[in-house]
Amino acid sequence: MLTKRIIPCLDIKDGRTVKGVNFVDLRDAGDPVALAKQYADLGADELVFLDISATQEKRRTMHDMVLKVAEQVNIPFTVGGGISTVEDVDDLLHCGADKVSINSSAVKRPQLINELVYKFGSQCIVVAIDAKQIEGEWYVHLAGGTIPTDVKLFDWAREVEERGAGEILFTSMNHDGTKSGFANEALARLSELVNIPIIASGGAGTVQHFVDTFKDGKADAALAASVFHFGEIPIMDLKQELKQQRIPVRI
Amino acid sequence: MNLKIVNYGAGNIKSIQFAFQRLGYHAVLTNDANEIIKADKVIFPGVGEASSAMKKLKESGLDKIIPELKQPVLGICLGMQLMCHYTEEGNTEGLGVFDTQVKRFSNTVKVPQMGWNTVSNLKSDLFKDIKEGDYMYLVHSYYAVNCEEAIATTDYEVEYASALENDNFFGVQFHPEKSSKVGEKLLQNFLEL
Repeated sequence: MLTKRIIPCLDIKDGRTVKGVNFVDLRDAGDPVALAKQYADLGADELVFLDISATQEKRRTMHDMVLKVAEQVNIPFTVGGGISTVEDVDDLLHCGADKVSINSSAVKRPQLINELVYKFGSQCIVVAIDAKQIEGEWYVHLAGGTIPTDVKLFDWAREVEERGAGEILFTSMNHDGTKSGFANEALARLSELVNIPIIASGGAGTVQHFVDTFKDGKADAALAASVFHFGEIPIMDLKQELKQQRIPVRI
Repeated sequence: MNLKIVNYGAGNIKSIQFAFQRLGYHAVLTNDANEIIKADKVIFPGVGEASSAMKKLKESGLDKIIPELKQPVLGICLGMQLMCHYTEEGNTEGLGVFDTQVKRFSNTVKVPQMGWNTVSNLKSDLFKDIKEGDYMYLVHSYYAVNCEEAIATTDYEVEYASALENDNFFGVQFHPEKSSKVGEKLLQNFLEL
């Protein structure tokens, strides 16, 4: 049976992890490669690296990091952040990234999805959608959720699927950083609406939140950052609990 | 060991090269038929769309070379699918090494299948020391129909052939290079065949 995936997300700036990572036995918690290896050994199913560097120049350091991760880590990983052209994706895949995630650039120019899928295949194109619920309606936001648009979440999700994306990474801006659980109602609706895998993101605080997002939110995977980085929820403990709750996981 | 990865411009093959590097082997990318024929072991990778990948193979003449190889050959993902006799993707004739065809998952399940699933009904030395129910990482929208040449099966909508063997030819639908320690074991087994 296909298992539900647990995905730690690492924010990368100038080739280093940010937001402080407080991790067992890591001499250099800022080294994304060491951290990635550790996560792979601890049972993470996939990894996401989000580049939050401010300039294009700094982004080049990302290529070195991707190359090193690909060299040393034996589980799949996705790279996102600031990707806006076919060349950007070509470079990252050549460095060994398994998937790339695009966000604002796809909203600004949806045809980019088609171009990427045509050139590289659906399997490596993830579309990340940041959305916020405003007066009952979910709207897509850009630039890390800071810029509102009038694009509606569910319309956009359907379009993203039609254009050939292989997966959707949905972050609820209402839930992100709150540690109050994932946006399960919207997630379940997304899962019914489209037929590609959905990664739930934003709101993880407890083990029960993961149980809920797989059961009620029908998510195929769940992504989180701080609960993993600060050791609040050890991945293997989480997976054991999910197994207890009859949610299929890889142990 | 003379280990070659067939490089016909299909997808990300760096990961495969790195996986062998972690095992202590240097795998060389090549599209040179003579180099491939001389190799001790050959990896036939592939990511992307079947008909365009097949077109690239034909352009380089490798479609004639690969089925004639005598040493162990391991097809991975799309590589395995192209070794079957036919795939629905792009209505494409394959290399015919494996006597089965490749179909698309129906929309009763999410497509692509993406993530970790189990391998069962394991046969062959390729799975030596790998247990029934061990997990492998898969990303695919098309699957090989279960058949006599299946040496592993996986359940997703149907029970399909997730690994195949015919003489010196092996194929795996999953990505051993991304399947953690179990995947590395499989690659090691292939090198020891």
